[in-house]
Amino acid sequence: MWWTLGLVLLIIKLTIVISVLFGFAAYMVLVERKLLGRFQIRYGPNRVGPFGLLQPLADGLKLIIKEDFVPRSADRLVFLTAPAVVAAVPLVIAAVIPFAADFTIGGTRIPMVITDLNIGMLFVLALASLAVYGVALGGWASNSKYSLLGAIRGSAQLISYELSMGLSLVPVVMIAGSFSLVDIVNAQARLPFILVQPVSFIIFLISAMAESNRIPFDLPESENELIGGFHTEYSGMRFGLFFVGEYVSMIVLGALTTVFFLGGWRGPLLPSLFWFLFKTMLIPLFFIWTRATLPRLRYDQLMHLGWKFLLPVALINIVVTGGVMLLMGW
Amino acid sequence: MAQIKSVLRDLLDDVLGLADSYAVTLKHLFRKPITEQYPEYKRLFAERTRGRIILTRDPHGEERCVACYLCSAVCPTDCISIEGAERKDGRRYPLWFRINFARCIYCGLCEEACPTLAIQLTPDFEFSKYGVLDFIYEKEDLLVDHQGKNAEYDYYRHAGVSVEGDKGEHINEKPPVDVKSNLP
Repeated sequence: MWWTLGLVLLIIKLTIVISVLFGFAAYMVLVERKLLGRFQIRYGPNRVGPFGLLQPLADGLKLIIKEDFVPRSADRLVFLTAPAVVAAVPLVIAAVIPFAADFTIGGTRIPMVITDLNIGMLFVLALASLAVYGVALGGWASNSKYSLLGAIRGSAQLISYELSMGLSLVPVVMIAGSFSLVDIVNAQARLPFILVQPVSFIIFLISAMAESNRIPFDLPESENELIGGFHTEYSGMRFGLFFVGEYVSMIVLGALTTVFFLGGWRGPLLPSLFWFLFKTMLIPLFFIWTRATLPRLRYDQLMHLGWKFLLPVALINIVVTGGVMLLMGW
Repeated sequence: MAQIKSVLRDLLDDVLGLADSYAVTLKHLFRKPITEQYPEYKRLFAERTRGRIILTRDPHGEERCVACYLCSAVCPTDCISIEGAERKDGRRYPLWFRINFARCIYCGLCEEACPTLAIQLTPDFEFSKYGVLDFIYEKEDLLVDHQGKNAEYDYYRHAGVSVEGDKGEHINEKPPVDVKSNLP
């Protein structure tokens, strides 16, 4: 009896999280185009529906109707499955993110997280690395020089920034004393970690930007040099899946930043779900602002920033945090 | 120590540079967009704008075109075809005049070549159709009932008219100069 109820509850939570993520991802595209337009003193899309609000539907419909083209020399099976990897990985990450305060009905506590893994952060980092496979395989299977170059750049970049991302989270784990995302949020009850660990926060934010393949780190898909990079040969909804993956991962990275540094769903007065969504949306909005501001990095600058700056700073930050904790007898 | 100082100063410079560029984009976010929203707001175009082509009439209501074929000869895309004919009084006119607007590039060379200012380009550019054959305009589609950009001009009052009066009495003609009066 009790386990069926749990199963039903789990399915309800899964449905809500997935639909909210996809909905937000679709509208994030519109928000990005609108904001980019405003940054460039244009209006952005405003023709489909009031204020262009139906634009995501029109885009989706168009992508579904378009021909699903597979190049003759492509590796068919890998080519067809690679976009699914890119789109699925951020969804799986969302499973361990606590999105609101625990909810009580009739004395039963319902945790507002799909699953509270005790190694949640390791799970997140492992899956974030898995997203590289979508990019690398998609680019390789296309059998086109642009796609291959994009895929190689993508793998090199994502692996480099994975390191500093992981290292920037070590102080968070040291202070919270747990890998579980729920415990990390609980550890920020008094003070969000952005105030305790500002350096970690900045390193994580830069790495997250690089992880989501966005300007100024969009070398894998650089439109100008590589004509779209790893997704040059993709069309129709498979191309769309790459985009869904990119935007879902943007939102998920925003949610992770919220959980690790901004105090999760904690906030005064308003309901916890509102605070979680509000903080989560801040990060993608910052990414869009960055896209309107910065040009793309050169490849050597990208590697320089990753290996010679972020990585040493993250290591020093760990040592300093450890020293301070030792002195204060935490 | 001095080295660390210079590294820190470089870092500060970089961070300030980044902050500066973020400030510039943020400032633009709150500016009013300069876009002209097209179907709602239509900009007034200059008279000389090169759009859809018309055939004008002279002030007396006659066709200006004299079927000289200069426009069709100068047309880079060969989109103008004409067959000329002659009226009983000797004035020439096009029997048919056909422009294929699917090929026209609106370069305006026909307008420049025309000796009678008959063929003219108008500012009308909203010229999209679903069928390519709908772009073929015959003489009756092209001919209009006005003078276009040159209300006064009448080719037949200037040229092709036999001079009836004495020297210096033709239109726009100055009286002859007595060559013996301006000797040194």
